[in-house]
Amino acid sequence: MTREFWKGNDAFAEAAIRAGLQAYFGYPITPQTEALEYMSHRMPELGRPFLQAESELGAINMVYGAACTGARVMTSTSSPGTSLMMEGLSYIAGTEVPMVLVDVVRGGPGLGNIAPSQCDYNQMVHGGGHGDYHPIVLAPASVQETVDIVYGMFDIVEKYRAIGVVMIDGSIGQMMEPAEMPPMLDIRKEIPGWAVRGGTGEDRRTLTSLYLAPEEMEKVDLRIMKRWQQIEKNEVRYKEYFMDDAKIAIVGFGSAGRVALSAVRTARSQGIPVGLIRPISLSPFPKNFLSDISEQLDSMLVVEMNSGMMLDDVMSAVKDKTQVEFYGRMGGLIPFPGEILDEINRLAKGVKPLDIHPRDVWLDRMDSIVQ
Amino acid sequence: MATLDIENMQVVYERPKSLIDVSSHYCPGCTHGTAHRLVAEVLDEMGLSEKTIGVASVGCSVFTYNYFDVDFVQAPHGRAPAMATGVKRVLPDRVVFTYQGDGDMISIGTGEIVAAAGRGENITVIFINNANYGMTGGQMAPTSLPGMITTSSPHGRDVEKMGYPIKASEMLATQEGASYIVRRSLHNAKNIRLAKKAIRMAFETQVRGLGFSMVELLSTCPTNWHQTPIDATKWLEEKMIAYYPIGDYKVHPILNEIKI
Repeated sequence: MTREFWKGNDAFAEAAIRAGLQAYFGYPITPQTEALEYMSHRMPELGRPFLQAESELGAINMVYGAACTGARVMTSTSSPGTSLMMEGLSYIAGTEVPMVLVDVVRGGPGLGNIAPSQCDYNQMVHGGGHGDYHPIVLAPASVQETVDIVYGMFDIVEKYRAIGVVMIDGSIGQMMEPAEMPPMLDIRKEIPGWAVRGGTGEDRRTLTSLYLAPEEMEKVDLRIMKRWQQIEKNEVRYKEYFMDDAKIAIVGFGSAGRVALSAVRTARSQGIPVGLIRPISLSPFPKNFLSDISEQLDSMLVVEMNSGMMLDDVMSAVKDKTQVEFYGRMGGLIPFPGEILDEINRLAKGVKPLDIHPRDVWLDRMDSIVQ
Repeated sequence: MATLDIENMQVVYERPKSLIDVSSHYCPGCTHGTAHRLVAEVLDEMGLSEKTIGVASVGCSVFTYNYFDVDFVQAPHGRAPAMATGVKRVLPDRVVFTYQGDGDMISIGTGEIVAAAGRGENITVIFINNANYGMTGGQMAPTSLPGMITTSSPHGRDVEKMGYPIKASEMLATQEGASYIVRRSLHNAKNIRLAKKAIRMAFETQVRGLGFSMVELLSTCPTNWHQTPIDATKWLEEKMIAYYPIGDYKVHPILNEIKI
């Protein structure tokens, strides 16, 4: 296979098509729009349905309908569009039909801006709409990793009849990098047993998220949560760099993790025993690994392009085993490696126990950084 | 007295095959049952039930899927046309219809229905207009008549403050993509027969690939209108039809050639 120069948004669209995507529904929103445009020529060329919906509400409900037929189906959007899709995602979860969403995250809240951000973490990892369920959320850090994750995501969501979210920040969607495309798979021929297709009597199927009797709803909730236990057991993913002898660990996902790796390499060259943990599965979260590795650490620095949304999950995982601190940029800003290196140098001098939350310590420090 | 010769009696009225033999949750006198029956009769006559996928909406008709012997999915409030689009685009050779009330279709779901009609989406919409939110207990809907008393317009719908009822058929008929848009009423036998012909024509529209079809059915809600079923049909005939005239708002020329 050859490595080609791919833009992130085009690349994940092609990867999904190669995974046997059967239908795509979307709505234009920066910084995701290239994916929609790519699908608009590539899907019809292959004789597969593509439709630009009237809104993200329309798009997610078209996905919902197509998912009910058992088709491999996806949509892609960016943060404000993701907010609109929350309703549909909850219904899809309640109906237990699989689908894939790529969220190319931008600065917020509100209309925010179109710069790269990770501020959808809570919306996706701790949200995904109302009700008792969790979407699977994977966060790649390069175009190649995005390709590989989107390509594999359909098998995962079909295995668990779950929602799969690939969360990338705007920079991964917009950047161009060499990437190798996986082989083109055939469209699946077999239809899952639960899928609607037209049938009567014994062969009649109803797909709904409505269970008026609380006892029946609870049974569905329990089934979804039991499946989630399996997902937590089987689908945790992370990468670790220079962690063998590390006394300081940086924890960052996506582009924040990638930038942090540059800082870690520089710090290592200066003899600082620092490593990087890059969670890829944000949901399920690699809490057991973080808990175990924190035993060897003097301190941990969570780096995010948000206000410390993953920080809370890290703190919950490591408890008091090591001191956790935080550094983040918001509003669509990516931290420079130098900023993270400054933090590593600060931690390398030794840390004093904090009497306030790491987020508050960071906010205090931001006064001087912003001015 | 002669005994009845049951074996040699001719069956003149029976449950359509496309309806399941169960009791419905609809109130006495409500015309949802009539509308269900008409759709089922048309599916039977056209032999479509084994290739039909229905899309239920949110409101009294949320349980539509319990009554039709066809595959069904259940959409979020107002989103049935979008969900139907997803089904139809993946399975273009199936017959896809939505069954939506007025609160669902022309309040929260206005965007989805207009977009589906504009695209000429090859689906059929059965639109039940009973001028209020039945499921939640009779609140004002976009279709509630001027002056109409509901639980959320206790002094009557004041058009100065609450605006005017939306005429869905007239609006959707302006869409190039719409091929069959008609309004019928379920208040008496003659109109019920005409409604059935319209439903048949709507499904014929879809089967022929002509694009978007919708039948608006003026319906009664005796419980929330606080009327007897008979009074409700009278009220429908006198008040609703005056505001929502029965008629063909858009009919694709090819459909004029079909004889039912």
